[in-house]
Order: sequence, then structure tokens, then C-alpha cells
Amino acid sequence: METVSKIIKSFRSFLLDIGELSGFAGRFFKEVFKRPLEFKEFIRQCYNMGNRSLLLVAVTGFIIGLVFTLQSRPTLQEFGAVSWMPSMVSISIIREIGPIITALICAGRIGSGIGAELGSMRVTEQIDAMEVSGTNPFKYLVVTRILATTLMLPILVFFGDIIALYGSYLVENTKGNVSFLLYFNKVAEALEFGDLIPATIKTFFFGFAIGLVGCFKGYNCKKGTAGVGLAANSAVVFTSMLLFIIDFVAVFITNIFYDL
Amino acid sequence: METFSKNNKTIIEIKNLKKSYGDNHVLDGFDMRLVEGENLVIMGKSGSGKSVMIKCLIGLEEPDSGSIIVMDKDIGTLKHEELDELRTEVGFLFQGSALYDSMTVRENLEFPLRRHTKKFGVIKDTTPLVMEALENVGLAKTIDLMPEELSGGMKRRIALARTLILQPKIILYDEPTTGLDPITAKEIILLMQSVQKKYNTSAIIITHDVDCARAISNRMILLVDGINYAEGTFEELNASKDPKIQAFFK
Repeated sequence: METVSKIIKSFRSFLLDIGELSGFAGRFFKEVFKRPLEFKEFIRQCYNMGNRSLLLVAVTGFIIGLVFTLQSRPTLQEFGAVSWMPSMVSISIIREIGPIITALICAGRIGSGIGAELGSMRVTEQIDAMEVSGTNPFKYLVVTRILATTLMLPILVFFGDIIALYGSYLVENTKGNVSFLLYFNKVAEALEFGDLIPATIKTFFFGFAIGLVGCFKGYNCKKGTAGVGLAANSAVVFTSMLLFIIDFVAVFITNIFYDL
Repeated sequence: METFSKNNKTIIEIKNLKKSYGDNHVLDGFDMRLVEGENLVIMGKSGSGKSVMIKCLIGLEEPDSGSIIVMDKDIGTLKHEELDELRTEVGFLFQGSALYDSMTVRENLEFPLRRHTKKFGVIKDTTPLVMEALENVGLAKTIDLMPEELSGGMKRRIALARTLILQPKIILYDEPTTGLDPITAKEIILLMQSVQKKYNTSAIIITHDVDCARAISNRMILLVDGINYAEGTFEELNASKDPKIQAFFK
């Protein structure tokens, strides 16, 4: 009985969170076109987020490309279909693995960072100080960060995809003596707009979700240092869940428009 | 220089202010007034609603009911832009200093200057103003340091410099000496006195520190159970036989 009431309580709190998050997103859309545009802060956030995540995305992308190719090679070899390797790897990485893995990494790296930073600013009254200084803290802190993640995530995903394909090429080059030109020609032949466009569009939504949840958790952080930790942690958990939901919806919609 | 007199113009007036968080009635009909040039100290137990009251005063918290008139303007009826304009006249020194930890001392001081363009216009070179504010608090050398490199007392001084840079007419101090050693606390009190003399500001000081109250107050209010329980000079309240009042001075 106690377990059931706990589950009901958690589910209720989850629904409340969703409701509050929707209100927060609504406020974002209301404030986004209002002046001042805080362009300088937006650029600073883009630089920080891109710069901070570049190495992590590169390393992860490279390893994924490498491991994915190494693991798939024996099976393809068995069927005499090793020449399909560039097509298979590129489609898997561009359509699904690249965007979702990069987004999950960024949820951990950027989302938790935003949650902790804004949470700490809330707890130490820096957000209040900003308001007293004649600045709209929502516009300055939240809008700029959400816009930055929305813009930077597709760039990071693109970068991660290229590195992953390069990792895959290195395996093919070592094991099958495939040249750089041949490998990437095969990749280009395999990819269609139907692979690139939906994958790119969904990364904007991934970026938006990462920024939105990170800001929401941090901006509404409860008092105390424990609140900051909780904000950072729940930002990652909530975003990760949201990313999979967005991914599912994106694949569902893509299925309607493209014959997969 | 103008000196404090009870007959000076009233610049802040709070009437019947109420604020509750659930069943916790933090402010339950609080009244007060501040006159020009006055240093008003408000004392109360922790959680008695002192900080909530000054946050209502500057529009950071919305009261449940009551009226707050600051420099002839009713806070409750002001639009956001009007409230921002009024905030240039009312400085706020936060309890924990609230310096922006991602910015240097210079950037912390420049931040309000660049935002309140209506009062100062667009300032191309902020350095002279920043330096003047830092010299006022005796910390000109810290201009390029990050907040994490400063001690607690230095942070408090820089926060005061950031408040002063907008040349406010009223300063709200939220526990300015809390968490500081007695020597640094004394330095902060002296600094507050020199600021008041130099700029002829009025101030509301929220504090638990009896020494601070004795040194700086023209008048005191004791906030008990959400109301203005007692009011008078430090000497008057200190001489009171009421045990609730005496508890503050022991």
C-alpha cells in the first residue's frame, strides 16, 4: 500500500513538473523577442557551451565510430557484405546514434552545468541582485542559455557525426585497406536528404530540451546547497527522459513523411 | 550637509503589510516610515520576516496586502520599467554580498551602470566611475580580481561599492555585519557611516548586531510576530523593561 502511494506521489510530482515546465517554456517564448536581445551574453554562452563540450563529443564520437565498425565487421564479413559498411555506419550514425548520444552527453555536461550554475546563483541571491540592477534575469540568464543550446547542439552533433565516421574509416582503412576517398564516396552515396533533414531538425529540439530543463531546474532551485545538487542531478535525469520521448516522436513523424 | 531630523520628508512608508507562506504569517500588518537622511535599524529574530519585508520594499517579493510607498510611488502599482527606474534610487546590499561569481570586480560594478542607461545615459568609459566607487570602499586594487579571490569582508565592501555606483538615495542593508569577525564588522559599520555622510543617503539596516545598531541607528524598530512591536531610539529601547524588548539587547 505504501509503495502504491509512493508511486502515485512520484507520478503526481512528475505531472506537476511537466505543467510547470510548460509554463516556463511559455514564458521563454514570450520573452525571446523582447528587448534587450542580450546578444553578447548569447554569444558568450554559445562559445562556452560549444567549447566546453567539443572535446567530449569528439572523443565519444570517435570511439563510437571505431567500436561500431569493429563490432559490425565480422557479421558483415560472414555475409560477404563488408562493402556495405560505410553505408550502414553512416546511416546509423547520422540518423540515430550521433544525435542521441551527443544529446545525452550534452545533457550531462551542459544541462547539469546550467542547473548547477543557475541554482547556485539563485541560492546566493545573485539572481535577485540582477533584478535589482535593472536586468530581467529570465531574459539574461534563461533565454540566452536556451537559445545557445538550441543552436549549438546541431553543430556539436554534426561535428560528432564527422568524427564518428572518421573513426569508422580508420578501422576500414586498417582492416580492409579502404581509401579515404572511397570510404567517404560510399558514405555520400548512401545518405539522402531523408536521412539528413529529420536528423538535423530533431537536434534543434534536443538542444531546446537540454537548455529548457537545465534552466527550469536551476532557476527554480530550492534554498540550500542540497538544492543546487538536486537541480543539477534532476536536470540530467529529466532531460534524458525527455530526449528519448522527443526521439520517439521524431522517428514517428519521420516515418510519415519518408519511406524508411 | 543635511542632517537627520524627524521632521524631514518621508521617503518610505509601509502600511499594514501582510505576507504569508502557507500557514506561516511572516508579516501580519507591519507598519513603518523612513524619513530623509535617517538610518533606521530593524531588529527581529531569525525568520521574523525582516528580509522578506525589505524584499517586498524593492519589489523582489510580492506582498499579500498592504501598501508600500517609496519616494511617493506606490510599489504595487508600478510597471516593470518604472520599478527598474525606482531601483536606481534604492540600493540593496545583500546578506551574502551576491557578487556575480562569473564576473571580475570591474564587471560586477559595470553591470548595473550599463543596465540603467536612463539615469546615466550610455557610458563609453566606465573606469572612472568604477574606480571612484572602489576608492570609496578602499579596495581600488581589487578591480581585476574575481569574487572567489576576495575575503568575506572584501566581498561585502565590493557589494557596497556596486550599490553605491548607482548613487542611490536610499540603501537597504540586509544583515551587513553577519558572518564577519568583530574587526571587519566594525570596518563595515564605519564604512556605512562614511557613505551616509558623503552621499547623504537614508538607510534601512536589518541586523542582529547590537553594536551595529548602537553605532548607526537614528531610530530602531523591533519586528516581533510580524508586526512593528516597538519603536524608538537605541537608548529608549535599551532602557525598556519589556522582556521581549530586553531579549534583543542581552
